[in-house]
Amino acid sequence: MADKLAYLRETFLQPLPPPTSDNTAIGWLRRNLFASVTDSVISLIALVVVVWFLINVVDFLFVNAVWTGTNRLACATVAQGGTLPDTWHGACWAYVNAWFTQFMVGSYPRDQLWRPITVAILFVATLVPLLIPKVPRKGLNAILLLIVLPIVSAVLLLGGVFGLPFVETSFWGGLMVTLILSFIGIAVSLPIGILLALGRRSQMPIVKMACVTFIELVRGVPLITVLFMASVLLPLFLTPGTNIDKFVRALVGVSIFAAAYMAEVIRGGLQAIPKGQYEGADSLGLSYFQKMTFVILPQAIKLVIPGIVNTFIGMFKDTSLVSIINMYDLLGIVKASFGDATWLTPVTPLTGLIFAGFIFWLFCFGMSRYSAFMERHLDTGHKR
Amino acid sequence: MATSTAVRDDGGRSKSSILYNPVLRQIIYQVLTCIIIAWLIWYAASNVAENLARANMTAGFGFLNGRAGFDIAQSAIPYSSDSPFTRALLVGFINTIIIAVCGIITATIVGLLVGIGRLSSNWLIAKLCTVYVEVFRNIPPLLVIFFWYKGVLSLLPDVRESLSLPLSVFVSNRGIFMPAPIFGERFWIVPVALVVGIIGALVYRRIALKKQMATGKASPILLVSLLLIIGLPLLAFIAIGAPVTFDPPVLGKFNMRGGTVVGPEFLSLYMALSFYTAAFIAEIVRAGIKGVSKGQSEAAAALGIRPGLTTRLIILPQALRIIIPPLTSQYLNLTKNSSLAVAIGFADLVAVGGTILNQSGHSIEIIAIWMGVYVTISLATSLFMNWFNTKMALVER
Repeated sequence: MADKLAYLRETFLQPLPPPTSDNTAIGWLRRNLFASVTDSVISLIALVVVVWFLINVVDFLFVNAVWTGTNRLACATVAQGGTLPDTWHGACWAYVNAWFTQFMVGSYPRDQLWRPITVAILFVATLVPLLIPKVPRKGLNAILLLIVLPIVSAVLLLGGVFGLPFVETSFWGGLMVTLILSFIGIAVSLPIGILLALGRRSQMPIVKMACVTFIELVRGVPLITVLFMASVLLPLFLTPGTNIDKFVRALVGVSIFAAAYMAEVIRGGLQAIPKGQYEGADSLGLSYFQKMTFVILPQAIKLVIPGIVNTFIGMFKDTSLVSIINMYDLLGIVKASFGDATWLTPVTPLTGLIFAGFIFWLFCFGMSRYSAFMERHLDTGHKR
Repeated sequence: MATSTAVRDDGGRSKSSILYNPVLRQIIYQVLTCIIIAWLIWYAASNVAENLARANMTAGFGFLNGRAGFDIAQSAIPYSSDSPFTRALLVGFINTIIIAVCGIITATIVGLLVGIGRLSSNWLIAKLCTVYVEVFRNIPPLLVIFFWYKGVLSLLPDVRESLSLPLSVFVSNRGIFMPAPIFGERFWIVPVALVVGIIGALVYRRIALKKQMATGKASPILLVSLLLIIGLPLLAFIAIGAPVTFDPPVLGKFNMRGGTVVGPEFLSLYMALSFYTAAFIAEIVRAGIKGVSKGQSEAAAALGIRPGLTTRLIILPQALRIIIPPLTSQYLNLTKNSSLAVAIGFADLVAVGGTILNQSGHSIEIIAIWMGVYVTISLATSLFMNWFNTKMALVER
């Protein structure tokens, strides 16, 4: 046996280098873009379309864009009375620049601008710690953000006390209104939504029926009809002579709408809590409110944080509808700026809408990323 | 609801008062709820009555029979400004349905393609689809509508310099002008043939499946169905002598004459709603396909089923079970979002209602009509969904 066997190798072979197709750029390309003939054709077509599209977009947004100017002549072609060549097609950023303060705060008195800016700083200062999971004292933080901040903001923005000049809500506008509407909408809808969700799962038939009717009625109709209802019918429903602010009416409409959607999100969380939790709380002799506030709701709400953020994204986008009932939120004011004779050019609407769209996108995309992050963060093995 | 009637042993007198009886408590709470709701309704109703009396108005739907007095640019049924309000509302309702159906069809196709594209092994396609979804999902639909309406379609050339495409189609900032088909006398035979074809295809499919169950022999269901559905109407059309002529649009002095026109309002609403909803549908489709576990396709492969059949008979039916419920709610969202038409003046139910509201001041009635119509649509959809869910529910051991 000790003899040399012809088929046995005596030395180890050096390992071969990995196949080139694995970790080189060409290998990656071949795997991901040119795996088969059809794939190659599709990739090439897509590549051509993307490059063509990108060139046009970059041309419009940056290369051909006009950055400075004081009126429409800066962005007008020769045929329109300006100096640019007739084939010119580009964004008119000079117009966005001129309207920027309007887009942010509307017609808020220019000498009082420090007030919205302070509110914005306070908002960021209370929101950011709440969003970072590691920062302690979440309860206190939430109270600051959801209860203290709205009161402070209302005092600061409205004024009329502490020597601050009174600023009517009709002067408010732009991104400020969009943010206030969606934020108050969510802050109001959260408690109402919780009550509605609990009502919907209650064993009392009349309470349950009332909640189901409200939720299904509001969820069944478009937001615009709810807004019309708030702006047209609300004054009719109240004692004659009561005059409610237009801003408050929109706020009522948005809150009603958000509450119904929030109720459904929270109901999902309530349903996901195992029955043992309810029974455990009962067997400890907790009352209904103790059971809900200390055992069920903390778990249920934690489960549906992504859902709440998604509702908030929806609300944020939907507040743009208040422009239809003649309020000047971000979209409303951008739309109103199209009528400004100083900047009346064919590219003005496109530029304004791209700007507004980018701001909306920035907020919504940020929130959806955060929601996805929270989903991963909270997903700590509590899977059923 | 623990019934904790703790009876203390102090001379037989129960310490727990009758107030702690859960049944009684429930009754008290409900009576309270009833009283609050009734008071709210009474408060609102009495105020409405007083407010209406002050404005010298009467409530009721009688005003709907009055003359409308406004024109509607795009109407599927005969309508003039002399028609009653009810007719105007009907036009609006039909327009809502038209935009919803068109939007749903396009959004489904685009959403399906993008959703499958996101799962593609082709890196470029997958990334493109992701970008599409992330862009459109995060922008308000109203902004997209304005984008098409004010940003894109209004930049198209004037009517007199409209781009002319083949088949006498003209594109300008007043919409797309197309030849209008004029149907001959006996054209009704063609749709009848189509219906007969569809019924025939369904019957054939049933028989073929039964035969396959009994004998194991498959029949060419798809081919025969296509022949029946497309071939039969075509045959009927040729048999009665192709009674269709076209009325092409002709450029007049200021506007196009003849033909039909699809207005920029409809186009921008249609495109915005389709592309916006498609982004959501794409996510639903992706989740549905990913929701079918890999073991299913591996098991199919182990049984020797071909890849095409695996997709059709094993993956798709299971994916559809996940996809269809959220898909219907997206369809419902699209229908509700079509009310954004009011922002650009496309005459849908809300826009027409808004005009009537401004003209007659009967706000309660109009808002009641809006809510009634939309709630009916959503209730009908959720009834269908319940039926579908019970039919499709997994039968587990």
